[in-house]
Amino acid sequence: MSEQKRQSEDELLEKVTSTEYKYGFTTDIESDTIPKGLSEDVVRIISAKKNEPQWMLDYRLKAYKAWLEMEEPDWANVSYEKPNYQDVIYYSAPKQKPVLDSLDDLDPEMKKTFDKLGISLDEQKKLANVAVDIVMDSVSVATSFKETLAEKGIIFCSISDAIQDHPELVKKYLGTVVPARDNFFSALNSAVFSDGSFCYIPKGVKCPMELSTYFRINEAGTGQFERTLLIADEGSQVSYLEGCTAPMRDENQLHAAVVELIAMDDADIKYSTVQNWYPGNAEGVGGVFNFVTKRGICYKNAKISWTQVETGSAVTWKYPSCILKGDNAIGEFFSVAVTNNRQQADTGTKMIHLGKNTKSTIIAKGISAGKSDGNYRGLVKISKGATNSRNFSQCDSLLMGDKCGSHTFPYIEVKNNSSKVEHEATTSKIGEDQIFYCNQRGIGTEAAIALIVNGYCKDVLNQLPMEFAVEAQKLLEISLEGSVG
Amino acid sequence: MLKINDLKAGIEENQILKGINLEVKAGEVHAIMGPNGSGKSTLSAVIAGNEDYEVEGGSITFNGEDLLELDPEERAHNGVFLSFQYPVEIPGISVSNFIKTSISEKRKAQGLEPLPTKDLLKMMREKMELLSIKQGYLSRNMNEGFSGGEKKRNEIFQMAMLEPRLAILDETDSGLDIDALRIVANGVNKLKSADNATVVITHYQRLLDYIVPDFVHVLYNGRIIKSGGAELAHELEEKGYDWVTKEADKQWA
Repeated sequence: MSEQKRQSEDELLEKVTSTEYKYGFTTDIESDTIPKGLSEDVVRIISAKKNEPQWMLDYRLKAYKAWLEMEEPDWANVSYEKPNYQDVIYYSAPKQKPVLDSLDDLDPEMKKTFDKLGISLDEQKKLANVAVDIVMDSVSVATSFKETLAEKGIIFCSISDAIQDHPELVKKYLGTVVPARDNFFSALNSAVFSDGSFCYIPKGVKCPMELSTYFRINEAGTGQFERTLLIADEGSQVSYLEGCTAPMRDENQLHAAVVELIAMDDADIKYSTVQNWYPGNAEGVGGVFNFVTKRGICYKNAKISWTQVETGSAVTWKYPSCILKGDNAIGEFFSVAVTNNRQQADTGTKMIHLGKNTKSTIIAKGISAGKSDGNYRGLVKISKGATNSRNFSQCDSLLMGDKCGSHTFPYIEVKNNSSKVEHEATTSKIGEDQIFYCNQRGIGTEAAIALIVNGYCKDVLNQLPMEFAVEAQKLLEISLEGSVG
Repeated sequence: MLKINDLKAGIEENQILKGINLEVKAGEVHAIMGPNGSGKSTLSAVIAGNEDYEVEGGSITFNGEDLLELDPEERAHNGVFLSFQYPVEIPGISVSNFIKTSISEKRKAQGLEPLPTKDLLKMMREKMELLSIKQGYLSRNMNEGFSGGEKKRNEIFQMAMLEPRLAILDETDSGLDIDALRIVANGVNKLKSADNATVVITHYQRLLDYIVPDFVHVLYNGRIIKSGGAELAHELEEKGYDWVTKEADKQWA
């Protein structure tokens, strides 16, 4: 490293360590203190800014080197202009959203959506970052929440905090399910991830409440390169909620998150996602690219269940997967993916059966409207040793109008004779006769579409925790508003 | 209640209704009969507001209001009910959920709060009894996997729940065996009152043995060519449609 570079890096370090790193206080770190682009120096700076131990820096650097040799995948059935990775800023200090004086200052479109979603005024204020001078309910909720978790020995914090406070756990498990060099985006994430969530459930503990990022300590706002690591030790149980039904606007166009789940023997993880990133305008301009790697590993008798409702982003590339390593392990994937206007989604799952008597279920429901394109891509792989394994897959597509598209790409590999794989697929359209039938019963067209879509998605929505399901239902209605003339 | 005056309607270039005149008063039961292709189902679809059909002339008023100005759901809110000849399936939506939505939307249009669930369930149980509907039916998905008879009974069940002012039964008897026919007809008779009216559209006289009409109209080639009392239906059953249609052919030739 040249002397000049080292100097500027030292200066930066100095600046970082001397600044308060707490959200809720304004910091002087401007995002432009780090130059655009990705280099070894940038990776070092990120690690240094976060005051990370050497092993973490080594991990990042290794990932960076792997990334340099990789190419952005283009096998997905989506087309977009590939981002210029040297034109991205890889670290920006957690920015404060502008603080509003009252909800009256909120963008009226945003306010309308909040109201439609039935989000309480308190919560709206929190989401919109309105300055509140009285103690909000949610603050006390969050406090009692933390206490309850601590009593059970559950660790739930940001991944940055976990690297500082629980290095042994992070070091042991990070990158074990999604190795850095797994794919282009996971390598990128491993090199530059800014923050995310960490969760550890001790042996035999049943997490007494749904863990939601909404209550996460030191909530940083979702980063561009989010990293989540969730470990459920033997015999434990946890339900984790990610995302938010409220519309998420972000200046960052590129999002590449990595989520790793580890379900030890007899553990049970339920992971639910509602994704509503900005999809761009009606022409698809300005939307978020969402390139996510999510994977879980199940040891003996363990179970991982992924449920996702995907309505946002301009381009989605996402395959939450299960490696069924132990005997009798169970993997599930329930998905609703909505595309409207110019949105494109290539999403599905991978079920890798390694243990004996392993079971997997896939229920994927695609809804395409406008000029959008929805794709299901799934792999069911049953290895030689995974005797007596079962898979059931059902992939349905619902088309609205005649300008949208929908495709299904199922890949099935079975290497033994005792296993059974079933695949069902349907494509349907919302019929004018269905809408007229509803109309005749006094149900207007918008409500009729919502009703029909909800019926179509019922098997997936039923998997969501209750209050999330209600919000997701409303979100579907809003996402499809005006999609049938 | 319902006044149809010189109604002309069709699909695209094809005129199907060529000047219908009909008046239905509260408390009355009208039967509309006629050979296949005479325009019976078109008439019911136009009254209900199906946009596949274009109204080319004439008027329909319902309790003094211009029905043709209203959307299909607004007509439903005003008390127009159509029992479909071919009820459609709505997968994933239970009968109870569908009816609850339907009643809530109607009440909303009238500025009323949704009916409390307890009252709604009580009402559903009463109406199920009326139509000899078995337990477990409410949680089945709308018309999904229903037999022909079950679909028709489901239509009449909705009618019983929505308590319309004008019920149009489009070929409700088709696909019903004699027992189902009796149960459905019995239900319709029990729902009759001095305030509501029923229009029964049928090809056969069979249904009219159970639902006795005050008036019978013969629809042919887009026009009502003959009207009479209940005895007209029997006459048609005996002699067929030829003796009335021949006369009409001469008149409109």
